Amino acid sequence: MTVVNYINIEIPSKSTNEGLARAVAACFAAQLDPTLEEINDIKTAVSEAVTNCIVHAYPDSIGKISIKGKIYDDNTLEIIVKDWGCGISDVKKAMEPMFTTGGDERSGMGFTIMESFMDKLKVRSKVGKGTTVTMRRRLSYRAGGNIR
Amino acid sequence: MKITTEFRQGRLTIWLNGELDHHAAKSVIETACREIDECLPNSCFIDMKGVSFMDSSGIAVILKIYKKMKAIGGTVIIRNMGSHARKILDMSGLTRLISSEEVKA
Repeated sequence: MTVVNYINIEIPSKSTNEGLARAVAACFAAQLDPTLEEINDIKTAVSEAVTNCIVHAYPDSIGKISIKGKIYDDNTLEIIVKDWGCGISDVKKAMEPMFTTGGDERSGMGFTIMESFMDKLKVRSKVGKGTTVTMRRRLSYRAGGNIR
Repeated sequence: MKITTEFRQGRLTIWLNGELDHHAAKSVIETACREIDECLPNSCFIDMKGVSFMDSSGIAVILKIYKKMKAIGGTVIIRNMGSHARKILDMSGLTRLISSEEVKA
């Protein structure tokens, strides 16, 4: 698979940036001419990943979040959301549906949604170092796509 | 996110307008809880016609309202849910607990 386009952005972990992050991801994915449903799925998955950084990685401070997007020549979109925050001690536990350490303002469904809205989800984390979430979704071929 | 509420004849209606994410969730929960505490409604309608985006924060918001209403013996009805919000709420199992309706404007 060859990368045909990419984007790298860096944002501070402020909750106002949740909307910005998913809008950027949606704009980047737009060149694949996704359906409205695909766009909503991608926006939601990105929103979950970025919200995790804001709520969990940097609970008491503002830290750096890196968002990288790649488009491959087989119509696959890859999004990598990385933080340098506190890390997750038990990734398997964190990914269980309804498990949260975020209190009753959080649902514990973030990773479950990322998993079901994207084709592939990989979470790598080290306590004290940070977390990297890699997601991939292959989009349907449609006439309006202009990646090639 | 813009939040509008109306209380009439035991019925509290909350209209949500905009993007329902973690950033917006706090103020929605605060407003809804305050209104429920003040009005003690029999039923609470959450109108989602104006919701242009929702992530898992919406689950937490609706669950919180549901628990709050249940504690005072009231019911919750989600109005004009939309297909994307339904997909997310289905995943959480909330659509099995809470009834919904579509109302044409």
